[in-house]
Amino acid sequence: MKSEQRVALSEPVSDEVRKTTCYMCACRCGIDVHLKDGKIRYIEGNRDHPVNRGVLCAKGSAGIMQHYAPARLRAPMLRTGPRGSGEFKEISWDEALALATRWLDEVRQSDPKKLAFFTGRDQSQSLTGFWAQQFGTPNYAAHGGFCSVNMAAAGIMTIGGAFWEFGAPDWDRTKLFVMFGVAEDHDSNPIKIGISKLKKRGARFVSVNPVRTGYSAVADNWIGIRPGTDGLLILSLVHELLKARRIDVDYIVRYSNATWLVVDAPGTPEHGLFLRDKDGKAQIHETVTEQVVPLGTSGARAGLSGRVELPDGRFAVPVFQLLAEKYLDPQYAPEAVAKETGVSAEVIRGLAAEIARVAFDEAIVVHQPWTDVNGQRHDGFVGRPVSFHAMRGLSAHSNGFQTARALHMLQVLIGAVDCPGGFRFEPPYPKPVEAHPTPHGKAEHFGSNKPLSGPHLGFPRGPEDLLVDGDGRPMRIDKAFSWDAPISAHGLMHMVIANAYAGDPYPVDLMFLYMANMAWNSSMNTAGVIKMLEDKDPASGEYRIPKIIYSDAYSSEMVAYADLVLPDTTYLERHDCISLLDRPISEPDAVQDAIRWPVVQPDRDVRPFQTVLLDLGARLRLPGFADNHGKPLYKDYADYIVRHERRPGIGPLAGFRGSKGDRAGRGAINPEQIERYIENGSFFSAHIPLEAQFFKHANRAYQDFGVRMGFFDEPKPVIFQLYQETLQKFRLSAEGAREPVAPETHRQRILDTFDPLPVWYRPFEEAAVSPDEYPYHAITQRPAAMYHSWGSMNAWLRQIHSKNPLYVPGAICDELGLATGDWVWVISHHGRIKVEIARMEAVNPSTIWTWNAIGKREGAWALDRDAPEAKKGFLMNHLIHELLPPKGDGLRWSNSDPITGQAAWYDLRVRIEKAQPAEVSEPHFTAVAPKRLHVDELRYGQEWAK
Amino acid sequence: MTTLPSLPTPKRLGLVIDLDVCVGCHACVISCKEWNTGGYGAALSDQNPYGADVSGAFLNRIHSFEVVPEGGQVIGEAGEARIVHFPKSCLHCEDAPCVTVCPTGASYKRAEDGIVLVDEDKCIGCGLCAWSCAYGAREMDLAAGVMKKCTLCIDRIYNETLQEIDRVPSCVRTCPANARHYGDLGDPSSEVSRMVAERGGFDLMPEQGTRPTNKYLPPRARKPLAASSAVLAENTDGARGFFAWLDGMLDRI
Amino acid sequence: MHPAPSIIIFTTLSGMGYGLAAILGLGLLDPGAVATKVAHVLALAMIAGGLLSSTLHLGNPQRAWRALSQWRSSWLSREGVMAIATFAPLTVSAWLSVIEGRYLPPVGFLGAAMCLATVYCTAMIYASLRAVQAWNTQLTPLCYLLFAVAGGLVISALVGYASGGDGILVPLLAIAASIAAWGAKRTWWTRLRTMAPLSTPESATGLGSIGRVRLFERPHVNDNYLTREMGFKVVRKHAVKLSNLAMIAGGAVPTVLLAIAAFSGAGAVATVASALAVASYALGIVVERWLFFAEARHAVTNFYGG
Repeated sequence: MKSEQRVALSEPVSDEVRKTTCYMCACRCGIDVHLKDGKIRYIEGNRDHPVNRGVLCAKGSAGIMQHYAPARLRAPMLRTGPRGSGEFKEISWDEALALATRWLDEVRQSDPKKLAFFTGRDQSQSLTGFWAQQFGTPNYAAHGGFCSVNMAAAGIMTIGGAFWEFGAPDWDRTKLFVMFGVAEDHDSNPIKIGISKLKKRGARFVSVNPVRTGYSAVADNWIGIRPGTDGLLILSLVHELLKARRIDVDYIVRYSNATWLVVDAPGTPEHGLFLRDKDGKAQIHETVTEQVVPLGTSGARAGLSGRVELPDGRFAVPVFQLLAEKYLDPQYAPEAVAKETGVSAEVIRGLAAEIARVAFDEAIVVHQPWTDVNGQRHDGFVGRPVSFHAMRGLSAHSNGFQTARALHMLQVLIGAVDCPGGFRFEPPYPKPVEAHPTPHGKAEHFGSNKPLSGPHLGFPRGPEDLLVDGDGRPMRIDKAFSWDAPISAHGLMHMVIANAYAGDPYPVDLMFLYMANMAWNSSMNTAGVIKMLEDKDPASGEYRIPKIIYSDAYSSEMVAYADLVLPDTTYLERHDCISLLDRPISEPDAVQDAIRWPVVQPDRDVRPFQTVLLDLGARLRLPGFADNHGKPLYKDYADYIVRHERRPGIGPLAGFRGSKGDRAGRGAINPEQIERYIENGSFFSAHIPLEAQFFKHANRAYQDFGVRMGFFDEPKPVIFQLYQETLQKFRLSAEGAREPVAPETHRQRILDTFDPLPVWYRPFEEAAVSPDEYPYHAITQRPAAMYHSWGSMNAWLRQIHSKNPLYVPGAICDELGLATGDWVWVISHHGRIKVEIARMEAVNPSTIWTWNAIGKREGAWALDRDAPEAKKGFLMNHLIHELLPPKGDGLRWSNSDPITGQAAWYDLRVRIEKAQPAEVSEPHFTAVAPKRLHVDELRYGQEWAK
Repeated sequence: MTTLPSLPTPKRLGLVIDLDVCVGCHACVISCKEWNTGGYGAALSDQNPYGADVSGAFLNRIHSFEVVPEGGQVIGEAGEARIVHFPKSCLHCEDAPCVTVCPTGASYKRAEDGIVLVDEDKCIGCGLCAWSCAYGAREMDLAAGVMKKCTLCIDRIYNETLQEIDRVPSCVRTCPANARHYGDLGDPSSEVSRMVAERGGFDLMPEQGTRPTNKYLPPRARKPLAASSAVLAENTDGARGFFAWLDGMLDRI
Repeated sequence: MHPAPSIIIFTTLSGMGYGLAAILGLGLLDPGAVATKVAHVLALAMIAGGLLSSTLHLGNPQRAWRALSQWRSSWLSREGVMAIATFAPLTVSAWLSVIEGRYLPPVGFLGAAMCLATVYCTAMIYASLRAVQAWNTQLTPLCYLLFAVAGGLVISALVGYASGGDGILVPLLAIAASIAAWGAKRTWWTRLRTMAPLSTPESATGLGSIGRVRLFERPHVNDNYLTREMGFKVVRKHAVKLSNLAMIAGGAVPTVLLAIAAFSGAGAVATVASALAVASYALGIVVERWLFFAEARHAVTNFYGG
């Protein structure tokens, strides 16, 4: 023992801890950044933070390597070589901003729609959207269109909220949790924390996912479903529950439109719409007096079934009659869907039985009296402790909107929305569709040198709200809110480059992108997109997309295709707000928002994009950004966060408002607001009173709370829309029964897919290609240690996923004589890639898959040219076209959901063929950047070695 | 001092890892790297960090295994393969061969708590301790030429500058799924010991005779969904019967 | 296990060096002969060269002296201590032979015993590692000792003929020792190739009760220190070929050559034949040592799909 070393046990970790918010993915955990000698020593989770409660994922802990990555941009850059060459010269910010202002101003004066402004994994959409609106272009959206708009739109249009940022399972009470196709970061740490809680309590966790990795690996039951058939599985569960009479009748009568009468008058413009009185109020069938009375008539016993003859001779039926008839049909019986879904009838029936048993036999009650919006007093909250969560696996299909609707319908039928133990809303949700704007971008909404007359994005209430011209042609560059994708609530960022290139509906002069790697992993048909960005008009010698401004912190693949690069800071060097006006971080029990602040100062000539945007706004003299004399209204983003008001007393941050900093939600501007956030760990949290915590959609105390907090100016209860009238309006247009009528070309498609009750239809690509020629599904999964393409520049994270194999089910390997390490061609209707495979058993037998966005282009992200990411890593994107295969009608339909335009990434169908062994996957692209300095060794923290 | 403590150490500090919960997110891997690259001993270096053969020293790594049932315990849906994520770091063995093989006395097991450490000032980087470890718990840092291993965050667990609640290894503090637990496995009443007893915690490679301190908790046995399929009574004979029932339900509201 | 050239060179050179020194210590050769003097120096050079080579793989060779401290528990430390201690009698014997042309039995015998003890320590470094099941047997030190002795005898035969001697004792002993050594090695190989693995992916993960365990994904995609150091794999077919080559080069060929030498009487033929025998033997041992590492499977490979 005498020779045992003396270990320094109580060394202080750091000189200082600064608490801010992580941005290594979209989860937005609280972090404690330890600084030592001015450098980042250690990043750990903030124990007080409501999102992560002290824990932190691999990405979060790797923030150090993200911050010090050689891939970081250094200064503004102007392109000198041809696009894609990666040749730039560094310029000053003055030059860069002057040039950007000139380009932007030219467009704004001449034709503002010639600016396409799209942002990627942006967490400041409330600012970027406002800027675009003040600029006056109709062409703005963030990345939701290629991410998860199906999930968001279907949720809002059905229950007034959706998963992730809109609500969460009641982790502390749920007894059965069913998760469908969840990518790791939606939501990252809260789901992991939640799953561990379930495990501890012995609750059952069922995962529906074709691939059994990540969360699915620890699920009690794994349903390895065939991709794109989740909707059918859900409707079969509904069938079983209806058949067994295991639905919460009381709940659906109170909280849904199950009782609302639907006009049954085929061929008329009202057919399938709700029967309404003169005031527009929905009508119900009062079954005692046998009369049709307005919804809300006191004492009325509303009928759920039957067919009522109306005084005018027409008929009407309650929604629930239509619903029950539809789903009791034997086509939804487990035996009938087993083959299509790849899930055995016993498993479907078993899952339905478990849902029913837990929802009804294990119901729980939170004994807290409360009053509903109709003034009725209740003794407590009855909980159906079955909860669901779903994300990209459902939504990234061309039937994703209807599938997501089906899931919400299921939740409503068993009475499990916002109850104890169920899925619970997170403020400011729920919000009814009526509380959302309609989209703006019609010809009368914009013009030279003036703001757009309203927000770009929203929810059309019917075809009359579409952004189309008199001939039904799209007004927006991405064709959002056109007949192609009527309810594209998040826009269609994935179509912008293709449409701008084709000049369809019109060409643009300037494309302004932020943090979206459109020249690589964020685009379908990557090689085609690269060509579009590089292609010049032979007549003018100009690029087809003449000017591109891009802002990013890293030398992603997209940088090489920009003409002007505005280098962003890292998340540790900037102010940000995670705002209730944008994508909130609330919990079911608390209203929350958060900030980021510069915990370290930039060591280079970079600026936070939001501050740059404010600067450009002022230089352009946009209203809201400069005063009448052209003087900037805001010094920087921090100043905007504090002083901007969207409505009187409502600003980007809800906490510490008022001159004393004691107001929450509504309140005067508090100049000390950011300091108060920093003191509080960079977040704000206000608890919801217990009586307001459940049934928020119909809870008077919650609605009053929401008004007090400023979510809305008057109560906005939500009635769950089992039957979606807006969809029926589109069907009437498609039938030619209602104005405006749908173009001939779109009619059949609308009739097939816009069912006002959730339906399942075969994903478009699968329906379009031969199952013999393309027998397999090909999908991607998000690895837990990587967020999209962010990670390969990170020296620690990239070691975990330096390359991605193609995982092939054992049965396919045996059939084709393949073994791990072999190479194959993967062939879709659009393209082929040559990749290395690995065998796997724990996967749906007709599904091959790989990790998402590991493949990198040679020369990008400051990696050596022979990095495995570029040599063996690959993208599935090369196989996916932004358009569906031609089907003989002379049109090429977008590879998207027909309702929302959501990119149908997971519809891909392929075949595989054995290939010659190789060293480099195909297609392989030449380098986008000049050779970089080689870093031989990294010894981070050696100066602190003890 | 490369002889092992002659008496059982009064405390046996170690980890309990719950394979039933680990989702394989690598949070512990990176948190460990991050803590230890600026803490005890030399930095954990990375060679060729942005190049083809990137490779660094890590003290904790997560393997993923695929397990195919073969007449064994049926879990999940019968007969289906599953993935088990498997974190692995030093097990702080009681009969630690890495300690006794060390020629310089750099490797030692602390008498007071059983933590196995390397005194880097004495390490000649011969690598024999890594050879002697069946678990792959030791990795040479190629820049410093010394052996690195899990210290159980000895500079955290006794660190009086940290709040009491944070005096746990970095991997335990960060684990989002709560799959890692730290405590005294020598104390049968400790939470970790009780977990091991209740869940049937096991040793890795007991046949190596190393008597690891760290324990692993097996995936829990699972009940297939299909077993519930008979429970759902079929009450409805077509839509008509259903609507009659519905009418009755409405009367009860 | 990774067959590092430095360690192969070390064990081959020092093994043969100690073997030669041990034989010299037995006094079987004329201490006054020039060839014997050369042999003394050669033995020391081989031992020293081997030891030097072994320090090449150290991360911090400047601290190598510390390796002498843990002789109570560590075979590597014991080897170091013995290696240094053995220099004393060997240097004295060499001095006596080279400078004074004489042989002193007590010093010689002591040196021989210490040489063998050192080789035993070297072998025990490997044989004591339970994590490498192939090595973890008393056959390992037996083989090391027999190879050292046989190597010493083969070289001694050459030394004898080079000195103009015509004795057949040493070559016959060399043949006998070589047969014994390769016989032991055959047993070692048979054990290696037929033993049931002590540890398996199932026992390594404890998941055997659930089913058959197979690595799905490595922790990190590229090789790491562990896989580079311990993940080396040689195809069984190649290993068998190489072990046959080793036995032929290290056993059969020297036996034939030494027999030719022994029965050709003294002279150029015997010298050349025994010199070829030494070369062939050395080749055989290098291949054997390469296989010693390359064929040995480390328990950690159970975690790495190896």
